[in-house]
Amino acid sequence: MLDQYIGVVLTFALAATVVGLMVSASMLLGPHKRAAMKDQVFECGNPPSGTARGRFSVRFYLGAIIFIVFDVEVVFLYPWAIVLRSLGVPGLVEMTVFIAVLGVALAYVWRKGALVWS
Amino acid sequence: MGPLTFAALAAGLVASALTVVLHPNPVKSALALVVTLFLLAVVFVFLEAHMIAALQVIVYAGAIMVLFLFVIMLLNLQDDAAETRGSDRIALRAGAWLGGGVLAGELVTLFLRLPLAAPSAAPEGYGGAAVVARSLFTDYLLPFELTSILLLIAVVGAVVLAQRREA
Amino acid sequence: MWADAGIAAATSLVVLLLVLSLCFVLLWVERKGSALIQDRIGANRANIFGGILPFNLGIVNTMIADPIKMFTKEDVVPADADKLLHFLGPFLAVFPVLVIFAVVPFGDVLVIGGHSVDLQAAHLDVGILYVLAMSGLAVYGIVLGGWASNSRWALLGAIRGSAQMISYEIAMGLALIGTVMTFGTLDLQAIARAQGAHLWGVVPAWGVLYQPLGFLIFLIAGIAESKRVPFDIPEGESELTCGFFTEYSGSKQACFMLSDFAEIVVVSGLVTTLFFGAWQVPFLARDGWHFPGGLTLAMPHLAIVALQVASFILKVLLFCCLQILVRWSLPRYRYDQLMDLGWKRLLPLALVNVLVTGIVIVLAG
Repeated sequence: MLDQYIGVVLTFALAATVVGLMVSASMLLGPHKRAAMKDQVFECGNPPSGTARGRFSVRFYLGAIIFIVFDVEVVFLYPWAIVLRSLGVPGLVEMTVFIAVLGVALAYVWRKGALVWS
Repeated sequence: MGPLTFAALAAGLVASALTVVLHPNPVKSALALVVTLFLLAVVFVFLEAHMIAALQVIVYAGAIMVLFLFVIMLLNLQDDAAETRGSDRIALRAGAWLGGGVLAGELVTLFLRLPLAAPSAAPEGYGGAAVVARSLFTDYLLPFELTSILLLIAVVGAVVLAQRREA
Repeated sequence: MWADAGIAAATSLVVLLLVLSLCFVLLWVERKGSALIQDRIGANRANIFGGILPFNLGIVNTMIADPIKMFTKEDVVPADADKLLHFLGPFLAVFPVLVIFAVVPFGDVLVIGGHSVDLQAAHLDVGILYVLAMSGLAVYGIVLGGWASNSRWALLGAIRGSAQMISYEIAMGLALIGTVMTFGTLDLQAIARAQGAHLWGVVPAWGVLYQPLGFLIFLIAGIAESKRVPFDIPEGESELTCGFFTEYSGSKQACFMLSDFAEIVVVSGLVTTLFFGAWQVPFLARDGWHFPGGLTLAMPHLAIVALQVASFILKVLLFCCLQILVRWSLPRYRYDQLMDLGWKRLLPLALVNVLVTGIVIVLAG
């Protein structure tokens, strides 16, 4: 069973080498001329308006939590999908209950407006 | 798996776990945690738990750690040194060493008491998606349905927390 | 064991070369194709062959001169930016996308000297879960890219981009469940082989016939994942300069663009494998042609393998061109419309698809 993963390991190693070389290509091949103007961030010609470390809307946090919840749901659906045929109707009912509860969660989030400009 | 592979994996795991705890920059700490979770998935693969290894990467390293990074960036968490005052730091450090020491002592005692028999061969298809699925939806049906309730509670809690902040 | 490792190394190399060369070709297709669509000439300055041809295909320009230019430009890193994260951003944007292709089968078996080689870099039992796992890791490249730039606009683009990616990941994951239910396995090569059957003897049993809705949802979600137009607000080419990768130059910027094309190839590869028969050619089995009238035609093994690999590459190329066509035809979605589409339309649709497929499978057998 484990030799399935040799291909994965080798692909990882090959891809890492290729991508690593590509990312560092400019660092190795390009010129290195530092200048004050180059060190500043780009704001269409305006002087930099302050550090990046401001605070952002809490909607992104909500979006990430909802993503986790539905990711877990997807992750439960996959093994179910494989054995559905052998589980028969009881299996279908079980999963319908699961999806229904999470459907309630989705509806709640929808109603509460947390999905607006998420 | 052979002792050499295990030693390499264990060294990598311990190194990245230490980075999580010791590195002052929170973003790099979170990245080290991603590496730790990924290496943990590799350990699961070696233990023939293929399904759980994939799920570990999908849910833990792929979803939960993204949440961690979002929170770190949204809250604009600074590097460690700037935040805590002197007296707080001493108390924190003392508590950390005490708690960690107690936990380590318990784990070592437990480990020394384990009977170290060689593991029996895993049954056919062990750890594969089909086997996990069958036992999940027959023997462990109740915990599975309760998980959906747990997830619902988590969503409601998150929405309430987030909206109270805004209001 | 070394023979296995050698074979795995060879297939991994083939797969990586396939993806990278497809990306290169797509570079040219995008630039000249968009020029064609927009009724202009496109890149035509760099020209080796002088005045031999009356028109310039732009191949030297886009596939040779431009990459060389990008890789030899200076790597400008803003002063306060974190060097390690600035390197990791583009790395983590490209790497997970490239390795997804390890589980995509590009052919059936190749029999060389008694040794049968599965034309797939890694024959995983949990292939589709591996695909989901790797596409989840691709978010980190965007997030780190924006954060490492130490620029407010880059970070905004990065957070919005990653929020978009995670929203559509759910839709992608759900869309594939119907396919997994239909074929009963997570193994991509097994799904590819199962599509070799023929319904009523004539129609090839491709996934799209079983899961048309799943195909549509997956395609739309895949285009949104790769942040292509019409979903490219995070890059915001006409607004936030380059969005989350504004502060990257030279080969790092090239890597972010490469991740764009690599995702096109990967989405096309997955759509081909799961919904359009992967390497299957209609009526072609392992030993030769089996036409519906009863006519059979034997063919040498290598010819069959070549035909199947060619069919795979052709199908992938077709879907890549489709995505490029979509890009240059549609206007951009506004961000809240985009997230609406992901959460309020695709997600419920995909859930309905799962339930309906489940009912059909359990009741009809």
